[in-house]
Amino acid sequence: MIPELGHVALAIALCLAITQSFFGLAGPLFNKPSWSAATKPVSIGHFVFVAIAYAGLTYAHIVNDFSVAYVANHSNSQLPLMYRISGVWGGHEGSMLLWGLMLASWGALLGVYTKRIPLATAAKVLGVMGIVSVGFLWFMLATSNPFDRLIPAPLDGRDLNPLLQDPGLVIHPPMLYMGYVGFAVAFSFAIAALIEGKFDSQWARWIRPWTAAAWAFLTIGIALGSWWAYYELGWGGWWFWDPVENASFMPWLIGTALLHSLAVTERRGLFKGWTLLLAVSAFSLSLLGTFLVRSGVLVSVHAFATDPDRGMFILAMLVFFIGGALALYAWRAPQLAQKGGFAPLSRETFLLANNMLFVVATLLILFGTLYPLFLDGLGLGKISVGPPYFNTVFIIPTLPLVLLMGIGMHTAWKKMDWRQLKSKLWPFALGVFLFALIVPLIVYGQFGLMKFIGLLLGCWVMAVAFIDPINYLRRKRTLKGYSRTMISMSVSHFAIGMFVIGVTMVETYGIARDIGMKPGDTVQIEDYSFTFVRTYPAEGPNYTAVEAEVVVTKNGNHIATLHPQKRTYLVQTNPMTEAAIHARMHRDLFVALGEPLGQGAWSMRIQYKPYIRFIWLGALIMALAAFFGMTDKRYRVRREDEVAETAARPAAPGKLQEGTA
Amino acid sequence: MKTLKYLLPALAFMVLAGFFYRGLFLDPRLVPSPLIGKPAPAFELQDVRDASVTFAATDMLGKPAVLNVWATWCAGCRQEHPFLMQLARSGEVALYGMNYRDERAKAMDWLAKLGDPYVKVGYDPEGTGSLDWGVYGSPETFLLAPDGTVVYKHLGPLNPQVWQAEFRPRIAAMAGGPK
Repeated sequence: MIPELGHVALAIALCLAITQSFFGLAGPLFNKPSWSAATKPVSIGHFVFVAIAYAGLTYAHIVNDFSVAYVANHSNSQLPLMYRISGVWGGHEGSMLLWGLMLASWGALLGVYTKRIPLATAAKVLGVMGIVSVGFLWFMLATSNPFDRLIPAPLDGRDLNPLLQDPGLVIHPPMLYMGYVGFAVAFSFAIAALIEGKFDSQWARWIRPWTAAAWAFLTIGIALGSWWAYYELGWGGWWFWDPVENASFMPWLIGTALLHSLAVTERRGLFKGWTLLLAVSAFSLSLLGTFLVRSGVLVSVHAFATDPDRGMFILAMLVFFIGGALALYAWRAPQLAQKGGFAPLSRETFLLANNMLFVVATLLILFGTLYPLFLDGLGLGKISVGPPYFNTVFIIPTLPLVLLMGIGMHTAWKKMDWRQLKSKLWPFALGVFLFALIVPLIVYGQFGLMKFIGLLLGCWVMAVAFIDPINYLRRKRTLKGYSRTMISMSVSHFAIGMFVIGVTMVETYGIARDIGMKPGDTVQIEDYSFTFVRTYPAEGPNYTAVEAEVVVTKNGNHIATLHPQKRTYLVQTNPMTEAAIHARMHRDLFVALGEPLGQGAWSMRIQYKPYIRFIWLGALIMALAAFFGMTDKRYRVRREDEVAETAARPAAPGKLQEGTA
Repeated sequence: MKTLKYLLPALAFMVLAGFFYRGLFLDPRLVPSPLIGKPAPAFELQDVRDASVTFAATDMLGKPAVLNVWATWCAGCRQEHPFLMQLARSGEVALYGMNYRDERAKAMDWLAKLGDPYVKVGYDPEGTGSLDWGVYGSPETFLLAPDGTVVYKHLGPLNPQVWQAEFRPRIAAMAGGPK
């Protein structure tokens, strides 16, 4: 009964989404404010019904209703409650429903928080959101109904993929989807702007916080995914350039470019067409990711079970949304007037370079990801490009990106005086250069070009990130009055530095050993001794395991006792490696059990990962900084004040502006 | 000229969409290898563990054989490796390997540390041997009949379910099937 209610709720949600689209677009067109105003309550109702459907599916998981095909395929009566709840998004249909839920919740938030936006504009934005939702709800009802019954019902379910039975994976997909889908808001704004033929600083100010929120969620989602891959796939890598990872990374890169381009549009009214194109592209790449993961055109470890009907449906949606948006762009964007220029040395130039480099990085990754598909489509054979390609092409645009970031954040709008910039930054440049040159030599006694470049760039960004807020604090003795957007920029750029240092340290100083060990054997890595004590059987709620005891000591002092496991899940009998990790801020010790080698001996993978935490911590701080930036008071100004304010405050040229971004 | 610039993204997307459309019908998971039912393509490679030993396609004749294409840079290969070890221990079929676009030192290290399930492992750093097999990613696993015809191809990591559902019945159906 409950699953049927969920199904009906989903159908009602589709009707409401259609209503929302109709009123949202027809209201402004026929100049009927009451129609436009109707979109807001409808968007909330739309959310409520998707939420009911979602709750219905969750209920079926919790009570182990195996007569629902989706539950039977992705759950099991022995599965712990937490994974039964997260199992809702463990497969194609449920994760689609989660996607729909996120989309509807962004729509409802828009319905609530667009009071200061002119009604006709808000209605158009909600209307476009509605159309996107119609696409996805229709897709679900037509090809991927999560509520399909299975008759006769099996006695027990086929269980959730053991790889997904992990706390990291419980929150990874919701965060990731929040980010993916959140770009739909910027997309809808962009479409509304193209329809109105108007896009100015005010628009940019409306879009910025929404984009920042989506970007922050996506950042957390990607970082969690990387963290999960690190400890759950059992061999300590943190990024694999898998098509699915790339699918989440490309919208992130374009979203980052969009955030920066929006800053220019907001402050200077420039880059209008470009900003709109990025807003369209960010969500387009999210859709593209959905297509790649669910249609089976590419091979991936993460891919969902595929079905050609679904692929065709998503492709049709892709063509409708992306093709339609880009056609609209080609038609309307040339008419967007913009005036005002900027000097070669100015913040605009640096942000333009930032945008170019992000786009180049995205295109190179897109090309690498789709390369097998291109060749296959042209009948040139089947080849895949592996991590070597991605590592090389990604580093080319990112090195200058990080270098320029440190300079760009200290330039002024419109025109910057070179001498002023130089006198501000050169002590830092020199200091960082010496630091990156000397410290590795002293601490690790070795020099390497990549180590040097990585450390140099990471430290550079970290060193210059807080110059402005610290100067302000020194002078005024308080940070009051200093723009939150600027603080968020400083913090997130600092976090990029942390990330770069984390990557450099792990990739150049990390140690990985695969060795066969008998009980009693000891192996030395860096200052740490790992002693394999014994193995013994262990048991979990839905698996049995062999657990090992490995004692780690440093100079004779006990550091940790690690318990890596080799699990066999009862239903899906895959052997699974559960690594044991001893984590500290400056290093991880990682032990994974390999294969039994006979007579109590095991192959083991032991790793020393210096500063790997900086990778995820950097990402987390970036995301928090973006959330903080959303609280800037300029996003809370009332509409009436806003008009007066923009008129009264043109960007002053030539001098360093504190507290602006 | 100026409007052309704005049209460019839409045009690029249309080209992309065309490839996606074709891609749907070239579905790597659902469309079986064109090799199925045909004799295994010939190759002659050095064994990864010992350059003086050659591994030729003809070595796999005379019994049901499984050829597993793998690389040390491939995440799925590491995932399936424990199962390959199980399979080798069970002695159900003769398991051969092809090391794909990889480095010998890394490959030897991998086998030494994770275990070596293969009777013979070809070393194919340039992908020349695997080219005729239509390998476009790893891991990929082929099932060969005793007469050398390709019976089945599985893409992605091998696991007990796939083995039970796809490989076992086919092996059982072969003349001179499993021991």
